[in-house]
Amino acid sequence: MSASTIIFYILSAIIVGGGLLAVTARKIFRAAVFLLFSLIGIAGLYFYMNYEFLGAVQIVVYVGGIIVLIIFSILLTAESGSDMKKPALSRILFSALATIFACALTLWLIKQHTFHVNESTIIEPSVRNIGRQMLSTTEHGYILPFEVVSILLLAAMIGCIVIAIKIKPKT
Amino acid sequence: MNEIGLTHILVISTLLFFIGVYGFLTRRNMIIMLMAIELILNSVNINFVAFNKYIYSGKLDGLFFTLFITAIAAAEAAVAIAIIINLYRNYKSIDINDADSMKY
Repeated sequence: MSASTIIFYILSAIIVGGGLLAVTARKIFRAAVFLLFSLIGIAGLYFYMNYEFLGAVQIVVYVGGIIVLIIFSILLTAESGSDMKKPALSRILFSALATIFACALTLWLIKQHTFHVNESTIIEPSVRNIGRQMLSTTEHGYILPFEVVSILLLAAMIGCIVIAIKIKPKT
Repeated sequence: MNEIGLTHILVISTLLFFIGVYGFLTRRNMIIMLMAIELILNSVNINFVAFNKYIYSGKLDGLFFTLFITAIAAAEAAVAIAIIINLYRNYKSIDINDADSMKY
């Protein structure tokens, strides 16, 4: 068992364990912290697969942005110290049955299927290659989705302000 | 113990996806449901990156899809949290069963 294998199993234990604890924790603040561990584990998995830029993006956007946003919203809304209501037993039972069967089916399909490697050439996922293809206007460039996503982010930002603004009552 | 390949990473992402689905189905707290959606989106991202690395290594398209999904997930989380804060102001609760004034 090589060191790389051991690192992969540690990362997968962090990802799956963090996710499982995040959806089953009784305190909402703990759920956010377990989700944080799971997302850091996913960033580690990207680093493991040599996608350094993607790992950095994962840490910046998810850990630095979304988790902080979720923790702010927890502090603004819920009582973060108290336990949440336990879900009904029948709901737990049927949800667990549905997900376990679907999960078993998907894992069985993955195990049955043999994947064929299509290409022999390797493009290094370096920042240089990513930037050149992202901003290229040729056939395989991604400049149009890039611009569309920037408009989407602007629209989401304005929409958040409009939805969450507190209108003071007159007089 | 064989080499870590595509199948191992697909197993991890499958487990993460169904953990997210389980959380989405059982919990009635809106913030926890948002976290479950984030888990599902992240498992899809892992799939894109793994297929890009192990099968289509001559292209970078999976990486770009992951980048755009991350951007859209950030926008979605921001809008969802604005909606949750607005609902909390009106209902004093973030339980999804309490927001039922459009039901009857």
